[in-house]
Amino acid sequence: MAELTYRDAVARAIAQEMERDPDVVLLGEDVAKAGGVFKATVGLYEKFGPKRVRDTPISEQAFMGAAMGAAMTGLKPVVDLMFADFAAVCWDFFANEFPKSRYMTNGQVKVPLVIRLANGSARFGAQHCQSVENWCMMIPGLKVVVPSSPVDVVGLLAASIRDPDPVIFLEHKSLYAVKGEVPDGEIVDTLGTAKILRPGKDATILALALMVPRALAAAERLKAESGIDCEVIDVRSLLPLDTRTILESLSRTGHLFTVEENPRLCGWGAEVVSIVADEAFYDLDGPPVRITTPHIPLPPAELEDLLIPSVDRIVETVRRTLTA
Amino acid sequence: MSTAAQFDIQYRQYLDPEGRFLPEVDPATLPEFTRDPAELLKMYRMMVLVRAFDTKAINLQRTGKLGTYPPAAGHEAAQVGAAAALHAEDVIAPVYREIGTQMWRGVRMVEILRYWGGDEAGNDFVNTRHDFPWCVPIATQTLHAAGAALAFKIRNQPRCALAYIGDGGTSEGTFYEAMNVAGVLKLPVIFYVVNNRWAISTPLCQQTAAQTLAQKGIAAGIPGIQVDGNDILAVRHVLEQALARARHGEGPTVVEALTYRLSDHTTADDASRYRSASEVEQGWAVEPMKRMRAFLQHLNLWDEAQEVAYRQECNLLIEEGVNEYFATTKPPVTAMFDHLYANPPKRLLDQRDEAVQLSGAKSLHG
Ligand SMILES: Cc1ncc(C[n+]2csc(CCOP(=O)(O)OP(=O)(O)O)c2C)c(N)n1
Ligand SMILES: [Mg+2]
Repeated sequence: MAELTYRDAVARAIAQEMERDPDVVLLGEDVAKAGGVFKATVGLYEKFGPKRVRDTPISEQAFMGAAMGAAMTGLKPVVDLMFADFAAVCWDFFANEFPKSRYMTNGQVKVPLVIRLANGSARFGAQHCQSVENWCMMIPGLKVVVPSSPVDVVGLLAASIRDPDPVIFLEHKSLYAVKGEVPDGEIVDTLGTAKILRPGKDATILALALMVPRALAAAERLKAESGIDCEVIDVRSLLPLDTRTILESLSRTGHLFTVEENPRLCGWGAEVVSIVADEAFYDLDGPPVRITTPHIPLPPAELEDLLIPSVDRIVETVRRTLTA
Repeated sequence: MSTAAQFDIQYRQYLDPEGRFLPEVDPATLPEFTRDPAELLKMYRMMVLVRAFDTKAINLQRTGKLGTYPPAAGHEAAQVGAAAALHAEDVIAPVYREIGTQMWRGVRMVEILRYWGGDEAGNDFVNTRHDFPWCVPIATQTLHAAGAALAFKIRNQPRCALAYIGDGGTSEGTFYEAMNVAGVLKLPVIFYVVNNRWAISTPLCQQTAAQTLAQKGIAAGIPGIQVDGNDILAVRHVLEQALARARHGEGPTVVEALTYRLSDHTTADDASRYRSASEVEQGWAVEPMKRMRAFLQHLNLWDEAQEVAYRQECNLLIEEGVNEYFATTKPPVTAMFDHLYANPPKRLLDQRDEAVQLSGAKSLHG
């Protein structure tokens, strides 16, 4: 057991997979000697050398497209895109290329790559702090993985690298410094599995990434202050989505809340609520409630804090809904 | 076999690092401003102010009073020289490091500090309303500038656009598309490549196999020229010529200024991880301020006493700017909704009301 930060967990997972499989390579701007602008790839260049850990020019389209070509010929590239917002610069590959090649070649052309994005709020403003999980989730053919803790980073990143299809791996910028216990030895998790982090009987709260610790803190306060016992589920993966765990929880609690950092329209919670409306309507004892950032670009600096779901807001919303 | 086409890239430098004309330069052939004390002093004084302000901004970040900030040290000649070449009615499309150009054109210190302090209202320039805002997404501004130039051309306005771009930025596809469209439409735009040898941790040799960045224009049918970016006389002259061409309908130019990033990429970066101290030392040996100061001293236009007095003046100006920054109130939560659309949708206004309600208790004002 070792205590690792979320950012060190990224490097640990990549190292684990690079050691195991010589086809795994790491590409991206500033990933080598600098160790990544978020310091999530520190030590990999020293360990695996310039052939397998490569800095690229500032050419997102070039290294997305080249990673795809390399994947089509058998490599398993892990690509660091730095800020998730830059996905828009090379969106053709996300939307038209990675996800459609297997489909359009009768399964012949495989694109086994992982694109790592530094996602979400960190006070850098409208073009550097977007939560793009919903952009990615809407593309058929991509997998979308969103870990909240160091141990999940290791296991889910390893599983993403081993997955034969393109995986968008969203690391949260504001979690990079968070520490957690990580067991020694090889760790490989399973994509498409949600985790019940706190069992409860009165309501189900779904959360992702930075919203997970907030949902947990809110659940503790709701219990202590109002005796409301919430089950908190870390969704962990949007595609595939573990609807079994979610619906099973809802069947016990009867109340559903989603805590989403993405702008409100078309957030992942809207999809979950739609599934619930279709498949579990009669399990509901009240309206499902989405707690989200308003539908605006994020402002820089502290103003972010007023807009992204906070512990206070989760507590108040859940309490108001359940005691109405 | 015969030669189908031939190109070359010229390099321009007038002053050596000690502020003396290179032997092959005949000062009498240089433009008037190189002999005009008022112009020379104006440029030097702005360089000093920019360096002092830059140092202050770094200190403010270190003491938690400013967000992440991209230092400009080393770029003063490249930035101020460009500013001096432009006309007021031209449009600049800056990246994030161009405070030297911006301050010359009238952007106020309080605006720069507000922006890097995390308040986008800093982009709302009081004095340079037609200049474009800071552009952090790399290379995007080159297309904005091409578009501005297209507008000038369509409206028959004798104006030019100047897009800044870093050495790293020239690797983006966007940059090539901007040059191509500007070339084929003969737009009055300058692609001003500030080659400071580094793009965060990536050195130029890992950015491109091209011998110069100026030559990147050639494939787009645009002339390119290289200039010593630490020599403010050469920078200003080369850009004046490129702007004159553009203004006379002769189309765009790629101007590559060779300089060096003396500081970290931003205050969040630690350049000692990836570049050697001796390289940085070499950068300091040819930095632009010393050169211009020596030049002025050789002409008896400047001395130590003037330097000391002027630096004090700068400190007062900076203190004023910083105090103004400290005195600005943070925008209210409503600002985030009010400037998103000219006509906000109803449901967004509902969310605005909710945000106001929720933030009521924890106003950021105190
Ligand atoms: C599209 C895009 N990709 C990557 C980045 C991250 N980034 C910010 S600054 C920078 C380096 C730019 O280097 P250069 O163009 O040489 O300009 P300099 O910082 O040296 O002035 C990078 C890669 C970005 N902002 N936008
Ligand atoms: Mg550079």
